[in-house]
Amino acid sequence: MSTVRDWAAPNPITENRSGLIGKPVDRYEGRLKVTGTAPYAFEVETPSTPLYGHIVSATIPRGRIAAIDVSQAASAAGVVLAWSHLDVPVQAQRGAKLNPRSQRGSNPALGSDRVEHYGQSVAFILADTPENARAAESRIRITYEASDADLDFGSFIDSAGPAPGEEDARIGDFEAGYSASEVTVDATWFSPLQNHAQMEPCATTAWWEGDKVVVHTSIQMVKGGQHALAETLGIPSDRVHLLTRYIGGGFGGKGQSYDDLTLAALAARESGRPVRVAYTRRQMFQATIHRPAVQMRVRLGADKTGRLNAMALEAVTHCARNAPFVEHAANFARNLYAAPHRLTGHRLVRLDIPHAGAMRAPGEAPGMLSLECAMDELADRLGMDPIALRIRNEPEVDPDNAKPFSVRQLVRCMQEGAQQFGWDRRNPTPGAVRDGRWYVGMGMATAIRGNFLLPAKAGLRLTGDGLATLTQGMTDIGTGTYTILAQITGETLGLPLDQVRVELGDSNMPPAPGSGGQFGAATAGSAAFETGMVMRRRLAELAAGDPRSPLYGEDPMLMDFANGNIVLGNRSESLAALASRAGPDGVYVEGSISPAADARDWSQHTYGAQFAEVGVDSVTGEVRLRRMFGVFAAGRILNAKLAKSQITGGMIWGVGAALTESNAVDPRYGSFLHQDLGGYLAPVHADIVNLDAVLLDEADDKANPMGIKGVGELGICGSGAAIANAVYNACGVRLRDYPLTPDKVLAALEAKGL
Amino acid sequence: MKPFAFERARNVDHALSLAAAAPGARFLAGGTNLLDLMKLEIEQPDTLIDVGRLPLADISETAGGGLRIGALATNSVVASDPRIRSRYPVLARAILSGASVQLRNKASMGGNLMQRTRCSYFMDPAMPCNKRLPGSGCSAMGGLSQATALFGASEFCAAVSASDMSVALAVLDAEVETVRADGSVRRRPVETLHRLPGDAPQVDTDLAPDELILAVELPPPPSGGQVWRKVRARASYIGALASVAVAGDRVALGAVAARPWRARATEAALAGGAAPSEAAEAELASASGEVGRKSLVRRLASDAIQESRKGGRS
Repeated sequence: MSTVRDWAAPNPITENRSGLIGKPVDRYEGRLKVTGTAPYAFEVETPSTPLYGHIVSATIPRGRIAAIDVSQAASAAGVVLAWSHLDVPVQAQRGAKLNPRSQRGSNPALGSDRVEHYGQSVAFILADTPENARAAESRIRITYEASDADLDFGSFIDSAGPAPGEEDARIGDFEAGYSASEVTVDATWFSPLQNHAQMEPCATTAWWEGDKVVVHTSIQMVKGGQHALAETLGIPSDRVHLLTRYIGGGFGGKGQSYDDLTLAALAARESGRPVRVAYTRRQMFQATIHRPAVQMRVRLGADKTGRLNAMALEAVTHCARNAPFVEHAANFARNLYAAPHRLTGHRLVRLDIPHAGAMRAPGEAPGMLSLECAMDELADRLGMDPIALRIRNEPEVDPDNAKPFSVRQLVRCMQEGAQQFGWDRRNPTPGAVRDGRWYVGMGMATAIRGNFLLPAKAGLRLTGDGLATLTQGMTDIGTGTYTILAQITGETLGLPLDQVRVELGDSNMPPAPGSGGQFGAATAGSAAFETGMVMRRRLAELAAGDPRSPLYGEDPMLMDFANGNIVLGNRSESLAALASRAGPDGVYVEGSISPAADARDWSQHTYGAQFAEVGVDSVTGEVRLRRMFGVFAAGRILNAKLAKSQITGGMIWGVGAALTESNAVDPRYGSFLHQDLGGYLAPVHADIVNLDAVLLDEADDKANPMGIKGVGELGICGSGAAIANAVYNACGVRLRDYPLTPDKVLAALEAKGL
Repeated sequence: MKPFAFERARNVDHALSLAAAAPGARFLAGGTNLLDLMKLEIEQPDTLIDVGRLPLADISETAGGGLRIGALATNSVVASDPRIRSRYPVLARAILSGASVQLRNKASMGGNLMQRTRCSYFMDPAMPCNKRLPGSGCSAMGGLSQATALFGASEFCAAVSASDMSVALAVLDAEVETVRADGSVRRRPVETLHRLPGDAPQVDTDLAPDELILAVELPPPPSGGQVWRKVRARASYIGALASVAVAGDRVALGAVAARPWRARATEAALAGGAAPSEAAEAELASASGEVGRKSLVRRLASDAIQESRKGGRS
């Protein structure tokens, strides 16, 4: 096992001699996507004419199906088959694992008569067209026996239980420290239930080749989907060939598979035809996961100079009764600011609603909406600048575990951001700046998000045409993975980008964990780099051992790679020539990355500072973002354009969290109020007028051999808090119930007599 | 989607005879609302009569100094017409605040008027809704939705109209011209095209099944400033929490009733010399519903009236 010292040595990526690393090259698959020619899972070519499946969803939150009759649907025009739990083919029991090493257990569809949430699959129709499949739904007769359901988070918050397997994290004596503090803040924030709102719904195209099933599906993790389907069908995973080449947004919601995958595979087996199944927009809201609502109480105690003495963040959140999940909204607070007396923890309410799960920086995204506003309140109370308050509480080592930071440029992010944004123009008195009927204000917040490296592999083939093809069971969910892997491979092998191909999203390829938790680039990228290094050694040995090579007999360790050639002194030959002599398939190698043995000896995060200027309509309470700017530090940047896209995209999601995004469970029915993109309000272009970000120069040599870190989730962290703080600065109202919609802002303005 | 017959009308008479022959038919123009609702099985017509190619897209001057806008003029064309922009800016602005460019390029004048409510519970076929399924109940009452009617709601329905454009048309005293299969042509104010829900919320307008909108006629614009304001959490592509149109001494409110709501009490108060805030308050005397919404409407109307007096056009 390597140690981080091994990673500190110079390598082709850190030397970056051809300049591919960091270069803002366009997306590898961009043209395919914008011309509509990138085949998504529902659109892939099938070996014969496909059938179309439609899933029927439950309309009660809890109970059982007392009677269900699908026969009228089965005999409808164009319908091939219709299933309920009574006639769906046999699947393994929920959670069962034939192979104990499977990443996921069985996840049967229509598995029983039990209904555990509104929107759960209760029947399935297969027809010749999607229209006929959907039209037949009205011919299914279902009688439910409803049970009492716990649906309203608010009414259970006070009786929340401990999060399973977790204890509060306590350092020092919070209560004593807090009560001895000269200046305190004690307030409670609420972040509502949110939906991922991906453009592409969950979708699968499946067909069988003998006893093997081929599934094209939209999923962030190849192995998880492959294993879940194999276990559900009760077959070994090598009989499931899962492909996921293009994904129209994941945001955490496609970290797992859903019933479209299972039912497409079952229906393809039953019908002997390829089958396509997609979730409806409504099912994307009701039948996948969501971010749960979170209530967060923050208590801060400081002395008059602003030094924090005590800090607590206690979160209460919810999950489905039988699918434990904790939105870890308090965890980030453990590593952010120094304070000797600390308390963080989570409580959980179990409800009879769809499953809660990971979404866009789970934990930090809602969590920072509380603490970063509490810091603003504390600064206000102290009469201090919010940046000065944060700098005063900048820790020298990780306050949670006393580990040294690998690299932490949080203060520099704040200072550079303040300068570029024009923070000195902020009037600290709320409500002091007007522009016509608009109150105008500025706010800031910090961003922190963990950095991770997971084990991963990759394959690399160099062929006689000089083309290097990287293969990896990795996914690109719209982040740019294809592109950065090409850049890494090109730079490692000294090849121009047009001689590099990247193939992803195939369970037959060397596995990588997929996209999520902003670990994708570092993990898959490091595996690609290590594989490139294996290829370099292999090619050098081939040249040294091949009498036809001009480098024959030389020391492979001294050979270099540049401009498509292998080079030693003034002698060289092209990689194409070398590969063509190696055989018709060229040269193939595999490589891998694992976390360093001592990686956990350092505290490792990405950081940022967010700045926002908002207008608040003094008449209506509408809040509009006027401009937003962020400075971030996230290790070496692989592609300046794509990294910025990731960061600014995250910031925009933060705008949504602060101002518009919200869903709610109707306590009478168990259904979500909003079930389409016209009602669930993700930000639109008109909301984002002037928004930009910069990334500081950084290399984190404790992170991985390339010194890179994740950027996928950092941008959302603290973004919404900066906006909420700007709203306060604009009009003097503190709103702690997100999103800050006009009704809430107006009520607060009126309460102040404005 | 339920299977349906599709007919393309060759001319107006053909459209009307098709409608008369097929009682469950619906006219299809831009399709931006009807087709969505059919996919969700909220609308389930047996027959669609495509009127989209009828020659009803002209905008022309009227003898009385107004404008006649054909029923099939697209929202984009109307909003960008120089005559509309200069003489009826409140209308151009109202249209541009609705939907998206892509939808406005498809949506027609008549179709915009005929669009159905966006009440969350109407849009979810699994929920009780008297407008969608008469007698099933109203889940918006006691529900989570914010956008319920302040004016003219009944115990059966509290849905509000989703059309921004119609609010501007109402304040401009626009009229809708229709024709029926028997050849009878009728004109009625846009303001009263839509019914209040009463005990039959499933019936949105007082148009007969075989009645086709031919045009909307605008009288000459009133003197004085015109103002359009639409309140919403996000800056585009979402219905109003409330809207207001002011033209001279006339005021109409949007997203507060099943029809564009001419604030007659406000207008009367203004005529009597009341201050804008008092005049706005006068209308709310007859309002039911949540305090916050009333407050929003009062502030919005008052501010828009003041702005119109400065000649404002925002």
